[in-house]
Amino acid sequence: MLLARRLLERVAGIVLAILVIATINFVLVRAAPGDPALVMAGQSGATDEKFIAQVREEYGLDKPFAVQLLTYLGKVATLDLGYSYRQRRPVSDLILERLGPTLLLTMSAFFISLIGGVVFGALAGLNHGKWSDLAISLVSLLLYATPVFWLGLMLVLVFAIQLEWLPAFGYSDMRAGTFGPFAYAWDVATHLILPAVTLSAIYMAVYARLMRSSLIEVAAEDHVKTARAKGLTESAILRGHMLRNAAVPVITFAGLQVGALIGGAVVVETVFSWPGLGRLTFDSVTTRDYPVLLGLFLVMSMLVILVNLLTDLIHRLVDPRVAVS
Amino acid sequence: MNRREFNKMLLAGGAVSGLGLMGDGLAYAQTETGGLTAIIQPEPPTLILAMNQQIPVGTIGGKIYESLLSYDFDLSPKPQLAESWTVSEDGLTYTFELVKNATWHDGTPFTAADVVFSCAVMLPEVHPRARGNFDRCESITATGDYTVEFKLKEPFAPFLLAFETSSAPIMPKHLYEGTDFRNAPANDTPVGTGPFKLAEWARGSHIRLEPHSGYYREGQPRLSEIYYRVIPDAASRAVAMETGEAQLSQFGDIETFDVQRLAALPTLELTTKGYEFFSPVLWYEPNLRREPFNDVRFRQAMRHLLDPNFIVERIMFGLAEPATGPVASTTKFYDGDVTRYEHSVEKATALLDEMGLTPGANGNRITIRHLVVPFGEMWTRLAEYFRQAMAQGGIEVILDSSDVGGFAETVSNWNYDTTCNMLYQFGDPALGVARSYISSNIRKGVMFTNTEGYENAEVDRLFAEAAVQTTDAKRQELYSQVQKILVDELPVLWMTEQKFPTLHDTRIVDLIVGATGVNGNFADAHYA
Repeated sequence: MLLARRLLERVAGIVLAILVIATINFVLVRAAPGDPALVMAGQSGATDEKFIAQVREEYGLDKPFAVQLLTYLGKVATLDLGYSYRQRRPVSDLILERLGPTLLLTMSAFFISLIGGVVFGALAGLNHGKWSDLAISLVSLLLYATPVFWLGLMLVLVFAIQLEWLPAFGYSDMRAGTFGPFAYAWDVATHLILPAVTLSAIYMAVYARLMRSSLIEVAAEDHVKTARAKGLTESAILRGHMLRNAAVPVITFAGLQVGALIGGAVVVETVFSWPGLGRLTFDSVTTRDYPVLLGLFLVMSMLVILVNLLTDLIHRLVDPRVAVS
Repeated sequence: MNRREFNKMLLAGGAVSGLGLMGDGLAYAQTETGGLTAIIQPEPPTLILAMNQQIPVGTIGGKIYESLLSYDFDLSPKPQLAESWTVSEDGLTYTFELVKNATWHDGTPFTAADVVFSCAVMLPEVHPRARGNFDRCESITATGDYTVEFKLKEPFAPFLLAFETSSAPIMPKHLYEGTDFRNAPANDTPVGTGPFKLAEWARGSHIRLEPHSGYYREGQPRLSEIYYRVIPDAASRAVAMETGEAQLSQFGDIETFDVQRLAALPTLELTTKGYEFFSPVLWYEPNLRREPFNDVRFRQAMRHLLDPNFIVERIMFGLAEPATGPVASTTKFYDGDVTRYEHSVEKATALLDEMGLTPGANGNRITIRHLVVPFGEMWTRLAEYFRQAMAQGGIEVILDSSDVGGFAETVSNWNYDTTCNMLYQFGDPALGVARSYISSNIRKGVMFTNTEGYENAEVDRLFAEAAVQTTDAKRQELYSQVQKILVDELPVLWMTEQKFPTLHDTRIVDLIVGATGVNGNFADAHYA
């Protein structure tokens, strides 16, 4: 009964959060200077008032702000994200066709950074003060300090231009539609390597540093000393007493990272011509395509809420104290 | 080891793990099949050329749609959907004989009814530039299945230049008649009479065009396919050209500082031909409603502080020529016999002294603001140069940044001191020059008008008279007069005539065959 009530409260909270987010998004987007009708007129070389008036009327931009907001919220309530001013297509279609590439890129980067960061961080933490710790810490610091776009361009220079091992950009070969399923998957995978590594670099560095310091901290705690005094093997201590405790801050950060990954994908998707949500966001900002922007913000917010929910659940599994509290 | 060898190595590894059934799909060079991969940036929002005339839409739409005419490098008209035409002596009636074997991409025959529907009904509703041209017509009628007659209310000398593809794309009547044009189902798939038709559009990635098998010119098109690859990052576009992943770039795809490096590659050829119809002129634009820009002496001082040769050499890297006035030397009725402003700090400071703008303790005479154009690196450098050049005369410049949306709103609502601008001329001063200087085109809230706010009754009269003259000699006389007045008064500070670079694979020939260059239909382009 208590669980059901808590679940209900959580769902109500999520719905409320989505409504508040939708309202704030709408207000913020409209607060930015710039008129979509003028941008569209500018891009079309249109130099008459009739065109601008047509665009404003067609998309309801000539109506009072409050009416536009209520109309938008009404549509959100019925899961209607509207129609793109610029591309003249349903926003949901635009987002859905870009969602796959973005999820592929961000999730690949997420797992590369998480696995790499945890492994290297654990190695550094367990070899605290030795040369391997120093080397991993130094590389982590370098990766953390390297601008994402610069790293991307350097990887292209080395692996695409100099060595010619990997494609420089794109999601797949343009003829990939004629490939068999395995060849297609392989083609996408080769295109994925450089952008995924670029996007994951900074987070891998953060995970490594986080894991290292967390492991050093846990190693000094009483329960680890007790386990060692009991005569447990080092591997048993590591698995049973150290890694699990050291992982808690990493999991917390991982949950927060997903939102940032989608944001960071804007730069990586641009450098690597990756047809994802990041680029759609960038294009929509520059052209003031309000419906697409609002749809994207809403979908990204919902993804972050979902991931936070998952993070909470994983916390409960890893750390029983969270479940008790 | 190159990428193919690397892929083979990986494929060998893949075979072990069950991924070996790949065939030979990993072929990257499009040229092996007689196809062409070109860069496109930004990705067009639509390919329906009647609905949107943004540059990328014109570039791709120019292969799908056609108009009645195309234009040679000297802007003389050539046949396209019209195989011949006549103009009455009074300059009021234009009669076009159309090709008789053209079909739309869906197989429906093309007739004069399509031309009448496009020019009299659809384009005036949805296409601002076409509306401006065809509103001059008293009637547009089909006098036969393949004959169309345009009767004008009064002579309009550049009327034959109104039939360029992006200015007047002929649309299929059978698909649009009786529909809400902007939301018509036909907008989902472009159907034109051009040599290529849409085969695939992978949003965010590429657009593929394939030959229109029913094209009306024997043996054309000669390319087996055209891919337009969307590459948003400038460095990645340069990489694509360098590695051969793309064989064609156009307009501003490649940053000016990268062009000569790429042009030096043995695989690529550079041409600046094919932009004669557009002939863009770049200028710094003061807001004449504000002081001190409303004083011609201040504008002349600014002009003396600016050196177009510096812009040509250091910002455009040779991809421009100094402009002498409002009309580009490649546009009809250009006259270079106008006042020349030499780069002279002395002359500038003398003019500023005469205005009473004396230097303060910090050496500054006055502080102005400059709105930076948010379209890329070249524009940022132009703003930085402007600040440095003005500083030589004691004019402090504060740079204001904005994004595209903010820029359009600020300029069209006249909320700036100075900015930069570049406009196409469309082959004739009446089409692309007058709009920036006639007082009837001072229209708040609309871009590409007389945004600087220049007013001169004599200039208005000369532009109006020149547009309706029927002889080139008379038009030249009037346009020469107006160019002299404008250069003396400097409503804007003309700097350069842009020479857009087209880089293409050296093996491709007959690609750039007229004044609209890469926006042409590529019907005859092929590998040598």
